[in-house]
Amino acid sequence: MFEYFISKYNYWMYVVIILIGFYAMMAKGNFMKKLIGMSIFQWAIIFYFMSISAKKGATVHIIGGHGAHTVVNAADFVNPLPSVLMLTAIVVAVATTGITLSVIIMIFKRYGTLEEDEITTPE
Amino acid sequence: MISEQFPALIVVTPLILSFFIPVVGWWRKSLCLPIVLAALSVCMVSAVGLLNMVQQHGEIHYWLGLWEPPWGIEYVVDNFNAYIAIIVTFMALAAAIYSKRNVEQELPEHKIPTFYTLFLLNVTGLLGITVTGDAFNLYVLVEIASFSAYGLVAIGEEGALVASFRYIVMGTIGACFYLLGVGYLYAVTGSLNMADLRVLLPPLYGNSAVQTSFIFILIGLGIKVAFFPLHAWQPDAYTRAPSAVSVLISTAMAKTSAYALIRIMFSVYTVDFILHYVSMMDIISWMSAVAIIVGSIYAIQEFNLKRMLAYSSIANVGYIMLGVGLSTSTTLGLTPALMHILNHALIKGCMFMTACAFIYKAGLRDIRDFVGLGRRMPYTCLAFILASLAMIGMPPSVGFISKWYLILASIDAHNYVFVAVIFISTLLMIYYFWRVIEIMYLLPAETRPGNEITMDEAPMSMLMPGIILAVLCFAVGIAWIAGVFSPIMDAINTTFGLGGI
Repeated sequence: MFEYFISKYNYWMYVVIILIGFYAMMAKGNFMKKLIGMSIFQWAIIFYFMSISAKKGATVHIIGGHGAHTVVNAADFVNPLPSVLMLTAIVVAVATTGITLSVIIMIFKRYGTLEEDEITTPE
Repeated sequence: MISEQFPALIVVTPLILSFFIPVVGWWRKSLCLPIVLAALSVCMVSAVGLLNMVQQHGEIHYWLGLWEPPWGIEYVVDNFNAYIAIIVTFMALAAAIYSKRNVEQELPEHKIPTFYTLFLLNVTGLLGITVTGDAFNLYVLVEIASFSAYGLVAIGEEGALVASFRYIVMGTIGACFYLLGVGYLYAVTGSLNMADLRVLLPPLYGNSAVQTSFIFILIGLGIKVAFFPLHAWQPDAYTRAPSAVSVLISTAMAKTSAYALIRIMFSVYTVDFILHYVSMMDIISWMSAVAIIVGSIYAIQEFNLKRMLAYSSIANVGYIMLGVGLSTSTTLGLTPALMHILNHALIKGCMFMTACAFIYKAGLRDIRDFVGLGRRMPYTCLAFILASLAMIGMPPSVGFISKWYLILASIDAHNYVFVAVIFISTLLMIYYFWRVIEIMYLLPAETRPGNEITMDEAPMSMLMPGIILAVLCFAVGIAWIAGVFSPIMDAINTTFGLGGI
């Protein structure tokens, strides 16, 4: 049983991190803490994608040397596609953080607080 | 030929023009709206052209940069995409025309270019969702549409900021769940192209990663459509958003999310998988039944008209999802769900337009203050009544035809509880819409001297889109009965392997 956990520890890490993020988003009453939770949530997914591209004993997907026409052994390199996908996902995460921060700034200017239960809006 | 480029044009035109708006708006504020209208007209032409081409030559595959799928990103257009693209562009066009006077009233002048930039970016995302054939690309486009929607909601009335924040939190969870689902699919198949996934997946249906990915995607996109019980962000966002945005996100955006859900369910996964490996259809149907009842009950308790319409939207998303849930057990296939996507877009578009016209002209949000409104804004009220009748289901309106087909589907599936659910929800709808009409027309207004009710109608640019949609509610209903759309519906059902049971 222990070996089962250890052999896939990176996936367990991702599950733990994503749950921490989810907890912060749902249970915390402060908008800033919710945003931090949201970022953790998004980064956990990026960790997951990195995990699926990883291989034991493989290196980064930069084909070195001088010859452009060398034979490439695929097992020596990690899968490049998840990294590329995650570049996009990182951009999306940054954009989310940016837009959320700007909303948070406007909330603070309007209400003077970031605690959810202190803000009352009219029906 | 330009027509070969339609799939790209439909996304690229609004995207590029949206970046021109701040520049041009810096010079002339009045040119922002014409640019939006021009972009949407190009989209409209492309969407109609696409539908026409699909009907003549079958599915269109457009390889971006000529990279062959499954390596490159592919845009695929079939009857379903073209049908949704037309709905989206039409509703966006109506919302854009409608927005003119609203925006002038609700926003400070220097923010108008920003508003229209976000508006057009939102449409870009929505149209991208409709044409893309790549699962990861769909995620990016969903996020483009959502980000602009967060911004658009945030500029609304008092309380919009908090509504927008909740929308961001829920929307991000939804998008992340979708991304995780796609990640699981990628981990087991190594592909992201929808058509390719459909081919690769069948031997892996028993794999628990594939089954989990389905649940993740269902939850993720379920949040985006505001499918009960994942609807928590929706009432506030619809209520607090600026008027034109309420129209846009309640029609075009909600419908596109429903499209994405149906597309993934039936195009990437198959009917076989959903029925025999995860058996989700019954759960979806029952959740929809709960959504219909709960949405209607919430709507009854609500006196703020926009919020009432938002809760009514939750019930109507239930109708669409009920159509999806029943699709595998009837000979009608997806037809009821697809019908209600168009029908509900027309009805809700008209209703939000009229509701926001009341706010614009009279500042009235609470229906208890609507006394004498029938004489004050006769044409707007008439449009509202027509839309209400359509929603309740008066023949030959669109609401009638949706409900009729859903009832047929339920009977066909031998599930009479859903028939009862539709009848109960209709009764509830009659109650909450009749209440509004009664206050508008029948309650005697206090006429004190100096306070007589005079006719004070909404401006033309707000009135006309509402009235056109109200008339369409009935015209399209007649078109459904005459079978104008049935070739499209049959083609979609055949593509998904539905309806022939």
